[in-house]
Amino acid sequence: MSLSPDEVKKIAFLARLSIKEENIEQYSQDLSSIFGLVEQMNAAETDNIEPMAHPQHAMQRLREDVVTEINQREKLMGNAPLTEAGLFLVPKVLD
Amino acid sequence: MNNKSLTELSTGLKVGEFSSVELTQHFLDRIAQYDGDLNSFITVTEEQALAGAKNADEQIAAGNTGALMGIPIAYKDLFCTDGVRTSCASKMLDNFIAPYNATAVEKLMNAGMPMLGKTNMDEFAMGSSNENSFYGAVKNPWDLDRVPGGSSGGSAVAVAARLVPVSLGTDTGGSIRQPASLTGITGIKPTYGRVSRFGMIAYASSLDQGGVFANSAEDCALVLQSMAGFDAKDSTSVDREVPDFSAGLNESLKGLKIGLPKEFFDEGLDAGVSSVIDAAIEDYKKLGAEIVEISLPNTHLAMPSYYVIAPAEASSNLSRFDGVRYGYRCEDPVDLTDMYMRSRGEGFGSEVKRRIMTGTYALSAGYYDAYYLKAQKIRQLISDDFKQAFEKVDMIMGPVAPETAFKIGEKTDDPISMYLSDVYTLSLNLAGLPGMSVPAGFANSGVNNMPVGLQIIGNHFEEAKMLNVAHQFQQATDYHKQPPTAYAQAKNSMEGK
Repeated sequence: MSLSPDEVKKIAFLARLSIKEENIEQYSQDLSSIFGLVEQMNAAETDNIEPMAHPQHAMQRLREDVVTEINQREKLMGNAPLTEAGLFLVPKVLD
Repeated sequence: MNNKSLTELSTGLKVGEFSSVELTQHFLDRIAQYDGDLNSFITVTEEQALAGAKNADEQIAAGNTGALMGIPIAYKDLFCTDGVRTSCASKMLDNFIAPYNATAVEKLMNAGMPMLGKTNMDEFAMGSSNENSFYGAVKNPWDLDRVPGGSSGGSAVAVAARLVPVSLGTDTGGSIRQPASLTGITGIKPTYGRVSRFGMIAYASSLDQGGVFANSAEDCALVLQSMAGFDAKDSTSVDREVPDFSAGLNESLKGLKIGLPKEFFDEGLDAGVSSVIDAAIEDYKKLGAEIVEISLPNTHLAMPSYYVIAPAEASSNLSRFDGVRYGYRCEDPVDLTDMYMRSRGEGFGSEVKRRIMTGTYALSAGYYDAYYLKAQKIRQLISDDFKQAFEKVDMIMGPVAPETAFKIGEKTDDPISMYLSDVYTLSLNLAGLPGMSVPAGFANSGVNNMPVGLQIIGNHFEEAKMLNVAHQFQQATDYHKQPPTAYAQAKNSMEGK
């Protein structure tokens, strides 16, 4: 299994990660060797096996639809890089 | 002072031999004295520690003498701590001040434990050497040229060098057991669902579990007692009664059936580590245990399936770091895409980026069945192996890691060789089982004798039995009482007490 530099660029874009051009080749090698490891799974016979998503096979719990949180808007927004009037600011999306 | 058990410290506090403020100051002094070399802390919270200690002293004076009241603790820097930086050892969260406490932290604060600080780790808990930290590598106190293991390396080193009496870590693929083994201390990763994940910054949600580092199984039992239990804020928390973890510590091991999986003693295991484990098994025979050879035939599939499941879940979990609501934002983004790409590209280190991309590819259109679904099926096979083994034996034992602590820089260029450090630990996380690392001796690694941990694996929710099994070994041996020599000497006034 090998992932070409072009495929790495595509994956990096899907993951919204900027990767420096000079590092693409290294990531291509590293990801290729990781998927080389991963492909050892192919040898395993799994036709009638149920996939396991949770160690105790638990189901999602439901709870009463009641308010449990208090309003901490300012505290929670305190970590934001850029805010104004209680809003998160991002670069212009629409012209 | 450094080698007292938590029970002895608690007694000292109750009878007024020393105060929590004195005890806390003692450990703050040791951190100041030694951590420059070790780098086990990212943030030392002196002010909060002393305020917590003062409060504990008042509680003790008022007759509130819980088992942990006044005993200080440190937290891996992915446990959210209200009002204190919680960085995950990442540039991404270098400025992040947690707005609430993780449930485990909240419970231990309520038990009266002052917080000494936040410990160093591999960035976002991704790593096996603690070299992947934005704040620099953590050093092994047994040999400063060697790694302490990871990802909870700082929490392990702080306990090993006696800078703290106890600390918390998390274990997604071995991140408590492997550093405990490499630094010669006791660590426990409970059953998945036993300890709330609320407020633990997520790496791989179906595998992550919080646990304890301490100097003995007895100490681990006390702290686990206070942090375990159902939490409505964690969707996978298990609603099940928490037994008394200390009550059965002294039970005899006569007739205990210990299974040794032959796959854990293959050609990849270092000879020195192997002979330490063999000797520990001999000790268990003397304690009355019966040894049974077992097989976990799908062990070799643990690494390949883990490196799909964990990165896939990580790629999803870490998508929240977008430079909008919290965390790092790049300078002067030209548009939204540029902001996402550069904030994440600049904010994450290279191992985190590798795993996000691995997971993104595995989950991308057309590959889901071949990778994620296949890995979940293999996860079931691995879980079934353990299920069958536990029909024949009470406990499973083996090495924690294939070798002792390796040199800093030795494996940084080769991700696969680094991943092999967790070859014996990953399968427990996949199956959701509890595991421990217990100091079992030392193996020669060239220059120094380095510690070796014995892995004890129990069935789901069998922590009490595992702690009993570990405690009986620690009554018969003293490896857990041997600190690294450079950090063992008495250097200040509290030491004589």
